[in-house]
Amino acid sequence: MSIQARYRSMSANEVAWAIAAAILTLMTIFIASKATDAGYAFHMYVFALAGVGAIITLGKRAAANVPAHPLQEIDGKPNYHMGPVKFATIAAVFWGVAGFLVGLIIALQLAYPALNFDFAYIQFGRLRPLHTSAVIFAFGGNVLLATSFYVVQRTCHARLAGEITPWFVVLGYNLFIVVAGTGYLLGITQGKEYAEPEWYADLWLTIVWVAYLLVFLVTIWKRKEPHIYVANWFTLAFIVTIAVLHLGNNTTIPVSIFSPKSYIVWSGVQDAMFQWWYGHNAVGFFLTAGFLAIMYYFVPKRANRPVYSYRLSIIHFWALIFLYIWAGPHHLHYTALPDWAQTLGMTFSIMLWMPSWGGMINGLMTLSGAWDKLRTDPVLRMLVVSVAFYGMSTFEGPMMSIKAVNSLSHYTDWTIGHVHSGALGWVGFVSFGAIYCLVPWLWNKKGLWSDKLVNWHFWIATLGIVLYISAMWVAGIMQGLMWRAYTSLGFLEYSFIETVDAMHPFYVIRALGGALFVVGSLIMAYNITMTILSGEAAEGVEASKPALVPAE
Amino acid sequence: MNSTYTLLASIAQQVGILFFMGIFIGVVAYAVWPKNREKFSSAAEIPLKED
Amino acid sequence: MSLWNKHAIFEKNSIILIIGIIVMISIGGLVEIAPLFYLKSTIEQVKGVRPYTPLELAGRQIYIREGCYNCHSQMIRPLRDEVERYGHYSLAAESMFDKPFQWGSKRTGPDLARVGGKYSDEWQFQHLVNPRAVVPQSIMPGYPFLAKNELDIPDIAGHLKSNRIGGVPYTDDMIANAEKDLKAQLNPDDPNAAGLEKRYGKVQVRDFDGNAQKISEADALIAYLQVLGTMVDFKGYDAKANYR
Repeated sequence: MSIQARYRSMSANEVAWAIAAAILTLMTIFIASKATDAGYAFHMYVFALAGVGAIITLGKRAAANVPAHPLQEIDGKPNYHMGPVKFATIAAVFWGVAGFLVGLIIALQLAYPALNFDFAYIQFGRLRPLHTSAVIFAFGGNVLLATSFYVVQRTCHARLAGEITPWFVVLGYNLFIVVAGTGYLLGITQGKEYAEPEWYADLWLTIVWVAYLLVFLVTIWKRKEPHIYVANWFTLAFIVTIAVLHLGNNTTIPVSIFSPKSYIVWSGVQDAMFQWWYGHNAVGFFLTAGFLAIMYYFVPKRANRPVYSYRLSIIHFWALIFLYIWAGPHHLHYTALPDWAQTLGMTFSIMLWMPSWGGMINGLMTLSGAWDKLRTDPVLRMLVVSVAFYGMSTFEGPMMSIKAVNSLSHYTDWTIGHVHSGALGWVGFVSFGAIYCLVPWLWNKKGLWSDKLVNWHFWIATLGIVLYISAMWVAGIMQGLMWRAYTSLGFLEYSFIETVDAMHPFYVIRALGGALFVVGSLIMAYNITMTILSGEAAEGVEASKPALVPAE
Repeated sequence: MNSTYTLLASIAQQVGILFFMGIFIGVVAYAVWPKNREKFSSAAEIPLKED
Repeated sequence: MSLWNKHAIFEKNSIILIIGIIVMISIGGLVEIAPLFYLKSTIEQVKGVRPYTPLELAGRQIYIREGCYNCHSQMIRPLRDEVERYGHYSLAAESMFDKPFQWGSKRTGPDLARVGGKYSDEWQFQHLVNPRAVVPQSIMPGYPFLAKNELDIPDIAGHLKSNRIGGVPYTDDMIANAEKDLKAQLNPDDPNAAGLEKRYGKVQVRDFDGNAQKISEADALIAYLQVLGTMVDFKGYDAKANYR
């Protein structure tokens, strides 16, 4: 060992990556020099900086003699590649806290409009996309990157494919987040909900996403197991479908290469259909399929028993991905979208209730015979409650897709309440559960720094969710009813502004609920930091795990 | 009214349900096929295996 | 083993798994989206809808930039209360040149599909600068900076061109005169005002923000707001012929 060289020359692989980074740097500096918009120029410099950073990092890698081709196995055991997983886990915690905080700010802005300060960069219209993108794509996306890369390695018993590519996926994705998020503040947006990033950010994400698919797929090809575990099916469906949706909904024509602005090729009705085909399936495949993959790995793992019914999981998978894609038009009830499309959307949305509850039952029943663990393991409790929230919001969703219900709920805060019961309760809690599981596993710790704090996080956040969604239910239904209220003489009873005024107390309660959720996430961030910095080390990765069922 | 559009719209309305029924029956048959039982139960153990 | 493999085809072979996923997700999307591309010929039975003028298009960019769509819909549903509150329900044709569509999904504020002509320019201006000055209970952010900022939209002709590639019928004439047309719409005495109206038809030509010295972002945004929902002449509209 001691005779080993202290540095090595760069491998062909590293040189190729460095050349790609150099090209990116030169190209973006050139574009920046001619950009028509200061924000756009700033973004090009961000890309250039990232390119330079990449070249330096690649050089340092060789200089520090990091093995260019690490062993696939050590002593017959897979040499797992957990660096990118660690990075994405920490990024998820960071973006989670940031995204929840922005959510709290915009909730307060709705209750107290003075908090917009008449200042362009922080007014509600720009911060709201920042909030949705930060929680969905930054927090959720990093959770999905971390868990998918972890799960695919563990369930395939193989090291992640590629050495630099997984790093490119994780870092490149976070670069996309930074560009997208700062873009909203600077006023660079496409104006399509949940697809706000402009063409160049979309293009970058496409490249990152293809790399993600390749890393995932090639890792599956390297698997030592004959079977692809069902969690990976869900992840694969998530990756593939998001790619299709992203391309379909972002088919834009830039004004020029020096302008951040682009125009989508679809217009009006077609664009609306594309948008909600995208928007609804971003929920279906990003926020559902991807997180169901987490459920199918982490719940069995944590409960230490196999999933309740593997057969049910197969039916769940195919029925879910087939049905979900039809449901988009329920966002367009009573609009100028043709009636038949609305009816199809409604029908399939209602049918979607079945596979969703199939999945919920599968997740919950995995605990059968081990319910006592809920008392002793707060992390498992978080995971299980998330599945219960999944069941709740997948019941509410089909109900709201019924046209008669939708005529009342649409355009109101009921929708916001529904989204948050899914987002905070399901996506949030299942992510927290996964992060609490992952951190001790990744950093070889005996356990979390404090289980008690997990308990605090759980209860504070649950209280926050309850306040949030009940406030939004009342506000939404009340506003919907006020809009359609008539006096005995046949006139509309309320002016619009009266209905706005009536929302105030509920907006305050909602902000309070959001604040509790933020406090919970801060507790998590503290607990995770302490676990990494000063958690008790496990004697070995293997020894720290509970005794497991022997393999076959 | 445009006939291509009407035709496509009516196909959309009818074919959707048929597709769903067919695929659903296929998936259920695959899932409960007796020959697959053993394979599925071993697959379910994958996350719990040591490595 | 061979029989085992036959049934395990989706599991063992990730490529086939991917193909299965793509087939499954394609059916719904294709069936729902493809017919809409044949809609064009049926929605054009509405008279009056024209592409946005350069100034309106620039205003629309401000609308998008400030994220107005987060709180305001532009889609009136055919429900009794909505039609009474906002006007005739929205037609597909009315957003046929909208890239992207701005139907919205939330009404924290009122629908804007037919806000054009509902309020004066002066009201719109005051409301943008300080919403609570005209509507005390309003929770809308103030946008005083729109009045201060010069409208900065480099290469407006390029914007028209991008729209044309996507199917908006901007003529060569419109593109060549984009820059001039933008300025002309703010000044009825502008030598190009007549050309603007010849190219686009019914256009509201005047200074929108009350400051003729400057082309502000408020000018463009108000021009856009004032045209919303005003293009279609509903006297000649036959609802039955347009049922989809």
